[in-house]
Amino acid sequence: MKTFTYRTATEAAGGLEPGATFLAGGTNLVDLMKLGVATPDVLVDVTRLGLGEVTGLPEGGLRVGAGVRNSDLAAHPLVRRDFPVLSQALLAGASGQLRNMATTGGNLLQRTRCRYFMDPTTPCNKRRPGSGCPAREGDHRDLAILGARDDCVATHPSDMAVALAALGAVVNTSARAIPLAELYTDEAPDVDTVLDHGELITSVDVPPVNGRQAYRKVRDRASYAFAVASVAAALEVADGRVTDVRLALGAVAHKPWRALIAEETLRGRPATRESFLAAADAELAAAAPLRDNAFKVPLTRNLVASVLEDLA
Amino acid sequence: MTTVGQPLQRLEGPDKVTGAARYAAEYPVGDDLAYAWVVQSPVPRGALRNVVADPLLDPIAVLWHGNAPRLSDSDDPELALLQSGRISYRGQAVALVVARTLEAARRAAQEITLEIEEEPHDAVLRADHPGLYTPEKVNPFFPAETSDGDVDAALARAPVTVDVTYETPALHNNPMEPHATTALWSGDDLTLYDSNQHPAGVAATVGAVFGLDPSQVHVVTEHVGGGFGSKGIASPNAVLAAMAAKVTGRPVKLVLPRQAMFSMVGYRTPTIQRVRLGASADGVLTAVDHQAISQSSRLFEFAEQTAVVTRHMYTAPNRRTGHRLTRLDMPTPRWMRAPGEAPGMVGLECAMDELAVACGLDPIELRVRNEPAVDPESGLPLISRHYVECLRQGADRFGWAGRDPRPRQRREGDWWIGTGVAGATYPTMALPSTARVRDLGDSRYEVAIAAVDIGTGARTILTQIAADELGVPVEQVRIRIGDSTLPKASMAGGSTGSASWGWAVTGACRELRATGKLEVTYDSSESVSGQKAGKHAFGAHFAEVRVDAVTGEVRVSRLFGMYACGRILNPRTARSQFIGGMVMGMGMALFEEGVLDPAMGEWVNHDLAGYHVPAHADVESVDAAWLDVQDTEANPMGSKGIGEIGIVGSPAAILNAVWHATGVRIRDLPARLDKILPGL
Repeated sequence: MKTFTYRTATEAAGGLEPGATFLAGGTNLVDLMKLGVATPDVLVDVTRLGLGEVTGLPEGGLRVGAGVRNSDLAAHPLVRRDFPVLSQALLAGASGQLRNMATTGGNLLQRTRCRYFMDPTTPCNKRRPGSGCPAREGDHRDLAILGARDDCVATHPSDMAVALAALGAVVNTSARAIPLAELYTDEAPDVDTVLDHGELITSVDVPPVNGRQAYRKVRDRASYAFAVASVAAALEVADGRVTDVRLALGAVAHKPWRALIAEETLRGRPATRESFLAAADAELAAAAPLRDNAFKVPLTRNLVASVLEDLA
Repeated sequence: MTTVGQPLQRLEGPDKVTGAARYAAEYPVGDDLAYAWVVQSPVPRGALRNVVADPLLDPIAVLWHGNAPRLSDSDDPELALLQSGRISYRGQAVALVVARTLEAARRAAQEITLEIEEEPHDAVLRADHPGLYTPEKVNPFFPAETSDGDVDAALARAPVTVDVTYETPALHNNPMEPHATTALWSGDDLTLYDSNQHPAGVAATVGAVFGLDPSQVHVVTEHVGGGFGSKGIASPNAVLAAMAAKVTGRPVKLVLPRQAMFSMVGYRTPTIQRVRLGASADGVLTAVDHQAISQSSRLFEFAEQTAVVTRHMYTAPNRRTGHRLTRLDMPTPRWMRAPGEAPGMVGLECAMDELAVACGLDPIELRVRNEPAVDPESGLPLISRHYVECLRQGADRFGWAGRDPRPRQRREGDWWIGTGVAGATYPTMALPSTARVRDLGDSRYEVAIAAVDIGTGARTILTQIAADELGVPVEQVRIRIGDSTLPKASMAGGSTGSASWGWAVTGACRELRATGKLEVTYDSSESVSGQKAGKHAFGAHFAEVRVDAVTGEVRVSRLFGMYACGRILNPRTARSQFIGGMVMGMGMALFEEGVLDPAMGEWVNHDLAGYHVPAHADVESVDAAWLDVQDTEANPMGSKGIGEIGIVGSPAAILNAVWHATGVRIRDLPARLDKILPGL
């Protein structure tokens, strides 16, 4: 591990010297430092900034402090009552021990688990720009089918972020408010988000949502595995027709994938399996799978229809 | 009162739970302790020309073949560490960094520049690989080929045939405690605190490499956090730690990181198995053919005995088995729990399930119809086999009766539900060992043997055996194991530990009582040499699975094993062995796979986030039971080895249940959802 200095942040303001990075729960960053993937000179600990509160917003939503631990957020009474999709997504992620450490802000900013990114002895455009992407020809079963670049097919690993994407969350930083859908960028493989260096996520606002909600995660074993595919959904049905729907897909893209095309297709349509499948097909029409991850297309299609059917 | 057969708790259990038990990397060996980190080759084939370290990082030492001490030749080319620049696989140790802290050693290793002339490589095993050849023998000493009768003619005539190819991927041992060594020299004497399955063997091997007399090497292996075969022989870390300690004059600790365990300590070779069965319409086998292909490294021929198990399971007039091997630019495969039997029974027992379907027979009935009267290979009488009883009684306990044989018949919500069965077997062996017993007075005794407890319960069982033989409660027996300087013992491997060490302990205790001496050392070599060859333990595995119709996800609702393994010495530790093997079999059936990037010659999922073993949530109901049988001819305890049979057959039972649930036959492991989903 590269030698670094450590200090505690005293205020939730942005600004960091070059080579410095924020440290919260450390469940991803510290691993990457051990592997030599991340090599910060300075760690600035933000866990003592008082960002650990969950508060109700006047309009009925929630403001979640960036330092709120995943396990606390999943168990919070307001989350369980008003945003079960968020609670379910959090509990589907990682392990109990990791959820006890991991924070809301850190969860959003975790890096891809693409095997080549995690192994500094291999090329990776995200880790070393211009070095190449072995995943495209190599192991990409778990990687992106939607919105991928030619030079990077990484997926975002978070479950929580998929639920927040469906809920239309807004990320508050030390400088501005960013809709979650705009937090992640595909501008270059090595740039994950639009955050400036030293810009600190302070909280996440979750607006109220209509209808019933669910998160469903497909994984290779029953726990402690990243998603092969996942769906976060909220669905409101009146008189057999879809009046409101929010849909996001996980493990299919470099970001939690808000399925806006599917949502648009569904609004006003009968809440039937046929409609749900048609909506999934509309969203997945743009899918460009690779040799070994084409199964994610029918899998995600099944999943979308199944989750929405359960909610209808 | 007899203590053998009682469910004693592990004697070292409280020490392990409280953290008092010391493992190889946990011994306080002085303030000048240094840490070593292995630099592994980033290419699968080539020549290392130079190693350049970052001078700013200032490690204590950077060793590579240009400056490392010369070692004596070993039988194991994997231990010729840092002796030449030839690179035989990606992940091979090519340099070693020693520093004052673990982090500094790791950092310096990451910043090393390797000047390598890379060469084209070949990393992929395939059935038409031009390099395939028939090895002279397969692990450890079986003939590579056997043939009885005319298999091809019998297959051509058979009213019912099955001709299937099953493939198993590379599998990787992942004991909780990684391979680790703390090495220190005192003059020319070497002490190794080392995680292994054979302290005396490690002492002899490492001693030979450094040109030392065995008496100059002391290997301490008090506790081991799992081995599964991967610690059966001296590992590269033992030699590297000793080398680093020699060069730096400091005690050196070397713990392999999880990633290195995928290439540096052996793995289970991938296999491609073609199984052909011929049978009469009523399911009596007329022909059995099992041909297995596997791989080894450029350095060393390890030939997995995949098809050997087929030589003993079922009778047929025409039988053939064979093995072919190819040498690739990949790490050396070695032992992993039930080498041979575990992958081989996937091929045979899944093919038998397919034959049962083809014949319209219950799969248990099919197996019973092909139960031999004598050992199919040797023609020798069957001794304490009990396979049919395991199938029958296991079926009763599992609730097999009334099973609809048709696939895809039972559905609850989104779940397709099915059940499967498969046989299990493992050879029964004992190896020569020596034990010493001392009368300490006051009806107290000390028993010493260089055995090792890798988590099996060996320490506890040997104490029970000694207590009974000495006629005292277990509290009055002090057992000493885990040290190469104790009387020489065989390895904790091949499910031989309790039989081999127990035999020596029994002999020593009986002689002490018979002679009235205060100290007896007993060597079992002579009596062990009289044991009957060709004995096996048997069992039957049953699985109930459910498969999600929406996603193809498989979950194992129930896993049950019924065993005939002679006398069970300690039901508590035995049950742990059985169900541990079965859970490992679940991993083999559903999750575990070294994912190869052929262009890199690397298993890219080389950590426990990428290489999935069963998590607790995957193990819903697992249980084991056994027949009350003894094999008084096997050894003085009447026991048979139980460490491996749990993984033999449990994968096939699960795969057969997946077929029964869904109608989808998965013939390339693991049975992941992306393979199942298209068939749902």
